[in-house]
Amino acid sequence: MQSQATYNYKVVRQFAVMTVIWGIVGMLVGVIIAAQLVWPELNVVEWLSYGRLRPLHTNAVIFAFGGCALFASAYYSVQRTCHTPLFAPRLAAFTFWGWQLVIVLAAITLPLGFTQAKEYGELEWPIDILITLVWVSYAVVFFGTIVQRKTSHIYVSNWFFGGFILTVAILHLVESAAIPVTFWPMKSYSAYAGVQDAMVQWWYGHNAVGFFLTAGFLGIMYYFVPKQANRPVYSYRLSVVHFWALIFTYMWAGPHHLHYTALPDWTQSVGMIFSLILLAPSWGGMINGIMTLSGAWHKLRDDPILKFLVTSLSFYGMSTFEGPMMSIKTVNALSHYTDWTIGHVHSGALGWVAMVSIGAIYYMIPRLFGKNEMYSVKLINTHFWISTIGVVLYIASMWIAGVMQGLMWRATNPDGTLTYSFVESVKSTYPFYMIRLLGGVLFLSGMLLMAYNMFKTIAGGKAVDAPVLAPVVGSGVLTPAAAIAHA
Amino acid sequence: MEILYLLIPLSVVLVFLIAVVFWWSLKSGQFEDMEGPAHRLLMDDDRPVPPKDQTHDPVPPSTK
Repeated sequence: MQSQATYNYKVVRQFAVMTVIWGIVGMLVGVIIAAQLVWPELNVVEWLSYGRLRPLHTNAVIFAFGGCALFASAYYSVQRTCHTPLFAPRLAAFTFWGWQLVIVLAAITLPLGFTQAKEYGELEWPIDILITLVWVSYAVVFFGTIVQRKTSHIYVSNWFFGGFILTVAILHLVESAAIPVTFWPMKSYSAYAGVQDAMVQWWYGHNAVGFFLTAGFLGIMYYFVPKQANRPVYSYRLSVVHFWALIFTYMWAGPHHLHYTALPDWTQSVGMIFSLILLAPSWGGMINGIMTLSGAWHKLRDDPILKFLVTSLSFYGMSTFEGPMMSIKTVNALSHYTDWTIGHVHSGALGWVAMVSIGAIYYMIPRLFGKNEMYSVKLINTHFWISTIGVVLYIASMWIAGVMQGLMWRATNPDGTLTYSFVESVKSTYPFYMIRLLGGVLFLSGMLLMAYNMFKTIAGGKAVDAPVLAPVVGSGVLTPAAAIAHA
Repeated sequence: MEILYLLIPLSVVLVFLIAVVFWWSLKSGQFEDMEGPAHRLLMDDDRPVPPKDQTHDPVPPSTK
């Protein structure tokens, strides 16, 4: 009976393929706006101007590329670790088509100029309602699968995915609270005003980074790093501590986005302190992930998927050190409003989020299409080096540009007047914008290689749904409790 | 800063809920075995075509 049942791989396949497609689209828009900063004359029509395309870029890479990667990997790993097919398969199919509709609507409405003008929450109210429906369905499918699991223990990656799904639901509801005015043209007014609105915006904005772009991708890390390395996670105990520490302390880092603004000084300090506290769980998790390879470092020599996963953890460690440092008020006085922030974001977004997703997708694609490995492992290796060089060029140029801008803006003459006009700092940034564009083009080319490799793998294989396996019993490492649960 | 009358209670409620889930996982034995789950993950063979010449062995011989 159980041997005939298969895992629901169809929805995983759909999300996995769309991860690569939306990755290319989102990063292409990123390359276009990077080029517009070098050559402003590229702002040809209003729909394709920098101001309209920039939110399209952020939404496409975070919610389309990152979102599809999270759906695919959460659906894959929750089935495998719970030894049961997805709960409510029709609802799972709805999450796929609903999410794609959200993305298409975003790609139409943002260039047309429909926006709530809230960073990472730009989409207007009818789309916000659709997002809510899809997200609730995602939660039902995910937690339903957890409930019908065949093991008593819930593996740590599922805790991270679960925390991410629940928290993002709450964040979305609070952030998107608005009074609708008209359906078409879509228009609404925020439920909050002034500094209250700014506080909600960054409470949401930073928690989106913390839960969408961190907790969810840590779920990917705790499943796919041990699987690809074929080694148990370095310390399972530390991974559990990592989860609870992160989940209890994350919520209040947001005010560090509003240093030296109308936000009360004490609220800014609270945000700074919580940001500094976050260094501990973040580095605990980073060390846990990297040390999973202890005793198997040689695998890094010829396994490019593992290279992606381990490099992503190095960037995670770097950006979670940089982030708390930048939240310190005195550092922030230099870094805020400069391109340093853009460099920091991309160190996390390209280095951590994109690389760990790419690793997970390369892991899943052959398994979803009945192959033992990708069409070309060599091409994965090429992809790895192209994207690593791309990220390094991107963040190094933005660091230099950012520190330079910060120093130029604060420089004063002995008589108290400003040494540089703003436009002088813009002019000095040009070469760095050029290097950043090159880094972005490299990263995008890597994604094109990935798409070629993926379609070749799909063409050479066929879609398979793996049979549901019963949990393994009888090894010395099993507990009596787990054995009883299986019996 | 009236908005804090929403955001702070929301955080408090959330922390309370997280504590309840933590309490449940403690009581239901989620933390009983802090070694086995890491190994059981590797015993789940998800390769579509297992190689014929060897059986899947997640634990290297040297550590046995």
